[in-house]
Amino acid sequence: MLSRTADNLYWLARYMERADFLARAIQASRRLAALPKAYGGDETEWESVLLSSGAALAFENSGRPVDESNVVGFLTLAPENPGSIRNCLEQARANARAVRTALTIEMWESINDAYLEMRALESRGVVPCAEELARFLELIKQTSLTYDGGAYRTMLRNDAYWFSRLGLFIERADNTARLLDVKYHVLLPEKEIVGGSLDYFQWSAILRAVSAHTAYHWVYRTSMKPWLVADLLILRPEMPRSLISCYESIVRNLDNLARAHGRQGASQRHARGVYGRLEKLTMESVFQGGLHEFVQSFIAENNRLGALISEQYLF
Amino acid sequence: MDSRLTQFDELAGADGCTRAPYRKLSQWLASTPPELLASRREQAELLFRRIGITFAVYGAQEATERLIPFDILPRILARSEWAALEKGLIQRVAALNAFLADIYGAGDILKAGIVPADLVYRNPAYCPDMAGRRVPYDIFVHIAGVDIVRTDDQGFFVLEDNARTPSGVSYMLENREVMMRLFPELFALHRVAPIENYPDELLATLRSVAPPRANGDPTIVLMTPGQYNSAFYEHSFLADKLGVELVEGRDLFVRDDVVYMRTTEGPRRVDVIYRRIDDDFLDPLCFRPDSTLGVAGLMGAYHAGNVTLANAVGAGAADDKAMYTYMPEIIQFYLGEAPLLQNVPTFRCREAEALAYVLDRLDQLVVKEVNGSGGYGMLVGPHATKAQIEEFRAKLKAHPQNFIAQPTLALSTCPIALASGVAPRHVDLRPFVLQGANGARVVPGGLTRVAMTEKSLVVNSSQGGGTKDTWVIDDAWVDEEAMGQA
Repeated sequence: MLSRTADNLYWLARYMERADFLARAIQASRRLAALPKAYGGDETEWESVLLSSGAALAFENSGRPVDESNVVGFLTLAPENPGSIRNCLEQARANARAVRTALTIEMWESINDAYLEMRALESRGVVPCAEELARFLELIKQTSLTYDGGAYRTMLRNDAYWFSRLGLFIERADNTARLLDVKYHVLLPEKEIVGGSLDYFQWSAILRAVSAHTAYHWVYRTSMKPWLVADLLILRPEMPRSLISCYESIVRNLDNLARAHGRQGASQRHARGVYGRLEKLTMESVFQGGLHEFVQSFIAENNRLGALISEQYLF
Repeated sequence: MDSRLTQFDELAGADGCTRAPYRKLSQWLASTPPELLASRREQAELLFRRIGITFAVYGAQEATERLIPFDILPRILARSEWAALEKGLIQRVAALNAFLADIYGAGDILKAGIVPADLVYRNPAYCPDMAGRRVPYDIFVHIAGVDIVRTDDQGFFVLEDNARTPSGVSYMLENREVMMRLFPELFALHRVAPIENYPDELLATLRSVAPPRANGDPTIVLMTPGQYNSAFYEHSFLADKLGVELVEGRDLFVRDDVVYMRTTEGPRRVDVIYRRIDDDFLDPLCFRPDSTLGVAGLMGAYHAGNVTLANAVGAGAADDKAMYTYMPEIIQFYLGEAPLLQNVPTFRCREAEALAYVLDRLDQLVVKEVNGSGGYGMLVGPHATKAQIEEFRAKLKAHPQNFIAQPTLALSTCPIALASGVAPRHVDLRPFVLQGANGARVVPGGLTRVAMTEKSLVVNSSQGGGTKDTWVIDDAWVDEEAMGQA
């Protein structure tokens, strides 16, 4: 397939996944910030959302005070924030439009519908109220489900599919890692847990951001423990947003590409390396070496993979 | 042929009695409540927007992607009407191809004094780089969109030959799909000739002109200027239906006079390029050096015979409005036949006598720039203000050779469904003619363009014109009437 098409599909998937992550992160933070101060609800939560979504600097430049309505507005519909959901969706649609021929009708329609609805919301020229924003976040989550389901159910299993899956999993790994990076301090094991911890709601907010709140209980069948939250997000293969699960998928899709093209390359080797290290990893060693350091180096490795894929395939 | 004459309506006819091809539609309309039409109109709009059938408008800031208004009532032609039209179209395109091969080759028609040489060689669309070159099978125009109008139920007139990169075929195809979803009951009443095979016919045409080295299995691509081009939707639609890659200039490169596309598996050789990009932008080494849309070295590969471009470079030399006036002679010269389709009577303002006549009647005529397109740069005399007429008078006097003039035709009208009810509007028709090494093909139908505003004659989509589905139906009534009389 055309390299440019592969490139568009890859980025289309990344933008869709990012929009979905943002929507979930905002919803989780809203819930947390709405709690009484004594339960961990305060404005610093909005700073951490800005950090995990990579929009902190851009927000600071906007000169607005950090509060819920400013941050949520900035992350959802602000055209001036390059990483806002709005811009993700717009980028996704621009990429989709450029490669209409590589998408199925179902995929295109789900993106285009969401885009048209967003334009309708914007075209009224008034700042949407909280309820409308909530509906918008739901729309984004719904769209990523129909888009993803459309891809899964209707796309041919060829390089178009594999490139689009690669984009999704690389972005997803990046999002999970960033969330861990911002929240690592509440996930460290040395914290005493006597009865209820104040961090309890932080942990549950993290789980909600990756839609794993229920999953946690099914996997561990125990009350919330921070190191288990970290374990779930990093090493649990059955958890679809964990780093290891993302890499399992990345390796599989890269292998499919290599098989179809008849040759392995630097990106396959690198991805297998990352996956192999994750497989051997234990949470003890992660905490020993420092959760923060681990996450930082993972983010760098993940970025490196993105660069290798583009060198190898996107010419 | 004057706006003062009676308007010809394709449904009502000249005498007000419903014409045969429209009888069933007319009965159906009479028995259909207006609410039903209104709801189908809404449905149609929703379908078009959802599928994303839009076109970009240059300079329009807000709505950079606009829907072309779609009218839900079909325009109907009888098979017998179509058969005559089809013959004429094929004849016309054959003549265009013979003419192009001649003016880039021996120049017989110029030597014979039938077409003035300066008109050919000074034509901005004439490509000196093509002089003395032959193209595969001597076909320059593989895809033509010939604009047709009618003024009565007798014949058709050709308004324009589009021999460069005519667009609109995706609307023809999508209009039919939408109609079949909206009005299954109407299709059940008529036997409508299918057009869905157009992409296959196009593919067969493109394959037939591939360089011999492709050994019957050529790699074909569709080349677009990119997603900001007004016809991008059509480019991606066609590439999809053809099953070929949609490429931009940056996806291609030339090495040793061979064109390759960049793929995830490395370079892949390209044999045929269905290009939807103008000559000027094809190759910065040969044409506009500032263009980033094309491929450096493409013309080298083309001249080496390693890649076929459809349509051929320089094909525009045959379709401008000055050359148009010579089409009857051109057909006669190459084919030895009388033209089957009439030209609209046209005054060549380059000729002093014609110019004087035109200047005297500016308020009655339509004046067009020879190289204009899209309905821009034209004067519709009867609807123009005094100032506009004077402006054109000055232009005409300064550069008469840049203009032609035609009487304002009483273009036929067809019924369209408006919020306020059914009303007639002016229409034209663009059928698409394919010419390959293995013959000419026209799918039965075309794109009917509608001037949505009352009394307007401008059907161009860039100026608010709309479209409707075009049906060619069996003349079953002939038998029915015969039986009725028996």
